[in-house]
Amino acid sequence: MRKTECLAMILAGGQGSRLGALTKKIAKPAVPFGGKYRIIDFTLSNCVNSGIHKVGVLTQYRPLELHNYLGSGGAWDLDRKDGGVVILPPFAREKGADWYKGTADAIYQNINFIETVDPEYVLVLSGDHIYTMDYSWMIEAHKQTKAEATIGVIEVPWKEASRFGIMSTDKNGRIVEFAEKPAKPKSNLASMGIYVFDWHLLKHYLEEDAKDGVSSHDFGKNIIPKMLAADVKLSSYAFEGYWKDVGTIESLWEANMDLLREKPAFAMDDPAWKIYSVTASLPPHYVGPSGEVTTSLVSEGSSIYGTVKNSVIFPGVKIGKGAKVINSVIMPFTTVGENAYVDKAIVAQNVDVTAGARVASADGTIVVVPEGEVVLSETGKKQVG
Amino acid sequence: MKTVMGLINLQENDSLIKEMTARRPLATIPFAGRYRLIDFSLSSMVNSGIENVGILLPAKSRSVLDHLRSGKDWDLARRHEGLFYLPAVQVNNEMRDGDLKNFYRHLDFLEHSAQKYVLLAGSQVIYNIDFDKVLRFHQNTGADITMVYNIQADENTAGGTVIETAENGLVKDIARQPVVYEDAKISMGIYLLEKKLLIEIVKYAFEHGGSDFLVDGIMRLRSQYVIYGLQHDGYVAHINSTASYYRASMDILQPDVREDIFSRDNSIYTKTKDEPPVQYKKEAKAKNSLIANGCVIEGSVENSILFRGVKVGRGVHVKNSIIMQKCDLQEDALIENVICDKNVVITQGKWLKGASNYPLIVEKNVVI
Repeated sequence: MRKTECLAMILAGGQGSRLGALTKKIAKPAVPFGGKYRIIDFTLSNCVNSGIHKVGVLTQYRPLELHNYLGSGGAWDLDRKDGGVVILPPFAREKGADWYKGTADAIYQNINFIETVDPEYVLVLSGDHIYTMDYSWMIEAHKQTKAEATIGVIEVPWKEASRFGIMSTDKNGRIVEFAEKPAKPKSNLASMGIYVFDWHLLKHYLEEDAKDGVSSHDFGKNIIPKMLAADVKLSSYAFEGYWKDVGTIESLWEANMDLLREKPAFAMDDPAWKIYSVTASLPPHYVGPSGEVTTSLVSEGSSIYGTVKNSVIFPGVKIGKGAKVINSVIMPFTTVGENAYVDKAIVAQNVDVTAGARVASADGTIVVVPEGEVVLSETGKKQVG
Repeated sequence: MKTVMGLINLQENDSLIKEMTARRPLATIPFAGRYRLIDFSLSSMVNSGIENVGILLPAKSRSVLDHLRSGKDWDLARRHEGLFYLPAVQVNNEMRDGDLKNFYRHLDFLEHSAQKYVLLAGSQVIYNIDFDKVLRFHQNTGADITMVYNIQADENTAGGTVIETAENGLVKDIARQPVVYEDAKISMGIYLLEKKLLIEIVKYAFEHGGSDFLVDGIMRLRSQYVIYGLQHDGYVAHINSTASYYRASMDILQPDVREDIFSRDNSIYTKTKDEPPVQYKKEAKAKNSLIANGCVIEGSVENSILFRGVKVGRGVHVKNSIIMQKCDLQEDALIENVICDKNVVITQGKWLKGASNYPLIVEKNVVI
């Protein structure tokens, strides 16, 4: 068995409360995305495609669906003898149990696990971003620059910079300043929440931070600033490409719509970088004689007898005759009945939009229909979430 | 179904479907946009609870091994039992033709299996059956051998194995006929019998000069055993000719056929390929078609089946056709009544048209 050089730790414990109804029953990384996937599929696929085979997934909020989904990691080729997916929820000890109090605390509470792996490096990732990235290049850069910690950064539009953790770097890419959501940003390099740490260094800082009573035990707010203050060699790794934090209804809807452009903003069909997911055993989708599908994504097991335009259709969806689905995201196994109308909506799984029902807002805001709901035609315009 | 083991015989007659089986056995002919023929009988076995399945491999076995691999996609990659490959006997000059020698050669696999019954099937018949009901019928009738058959809807000029039964299902005659008429009872190639009996039949038939399992094992020994026929009323397609393959493919476009074969409770399993959802572009037009993941649709598709990764370019018209994996149909091409095998490229503006009852077949990897 070869020793694991780099262990990935995926933070997947958040609720994603700004996703409202979509995360009432499931954690954010388990939210469906892109017509076939779950948000966590991108980070997991990036890991396996980058050659990282030992992955810890830290769960906390409503983990049931996520745990079922991950299983033993087979879908991402991560059920290995010398590696694999390890699910890490909070656990009890002799003197009681503690929820994960912050991103750094989650890793801190799993030091024992990391010690059993004994890696050189730990790659800390978030389970709720949409992007493709070869982490091995970042790890290589970390080694080349002899950094003790490397932070993945991406250029953001200047007018958005104050929403992010902003890094200022010197001409060698070394991080000299870090500001969390600065009012007057000095740079437009935003932290992606992707870190490569030398394990022993990280362990030391986690242990110190755990003793700090006023810390919020967060990488961005506490660990990184403490490292910077102690003159730790912090390097930046610049990432170029599509990267989206789909933490709000708007950004989730936009990211799905991004996939429908003539040249999609984000390619999920690169054979050299497959996005893996758990797929149901369903036949190819069927478009009926009265079906009309344009500028859309449609997945397996669906049957389309109505009109679908500029929309993302997940597996097992039924669109009835005369129904119109426009600018919307229809999640798995939902039914849109005959002559129903859906416009600019995110409809969660197993919803029944009954015949003639209307799912659209009067003012162009995105309508969210939560999992399992039945939308009746009498209620007219329904706005939830 | 702890008492039943499965045996799938892939040595099947492909003489009338040669264009599609030049380089692959019947078992791995792509079907319904996503599957291979063997997926249907194998999935029925797995869904019926059969956990020990032997595959009698054909001479051309590479694509079978590549498709089934460890059996994981059918839940048959087990520590105990699961999928078991039974390679074809190497043929030399003195060897007889026929599949019987493979049964004979692998009798020890049967002998070492723990189950009492064997469910024997092939791959060239499409169905979705709960074999539990076959077992109960077998036990209730006290038959030595149970054969499952269906009623032929219309004439099939590729022939088949026709059986005649009495009112109660007792089989009175079995004959191979070159043309099968309407309302005939056709064997689906499914047999249920005690393992002991199968071993006895194979031994006797082979040692007494036999070469074909059906002919020398079942038909010639018919009078010695009590054989009952069980009728299956769900959708059945016998794929033994190019015409029947084409017809069955067009049948799959009907919702009630799909509901029968692809029931959610008893899924048809196949090798997963992790393809992204289908991309429909602005001018896409799809009607009455089955379209697999990974396709990019810029043109028009009607009454057709597209397998994974097919590109339909701008201005392209595909009609009444079956386009297999990764074909590239370039701008303004016209394709009607055609079966394109894998990786075919139809370049800009080319017109290909087959007859409505005799599709034009384009072989793998061809560029037109």
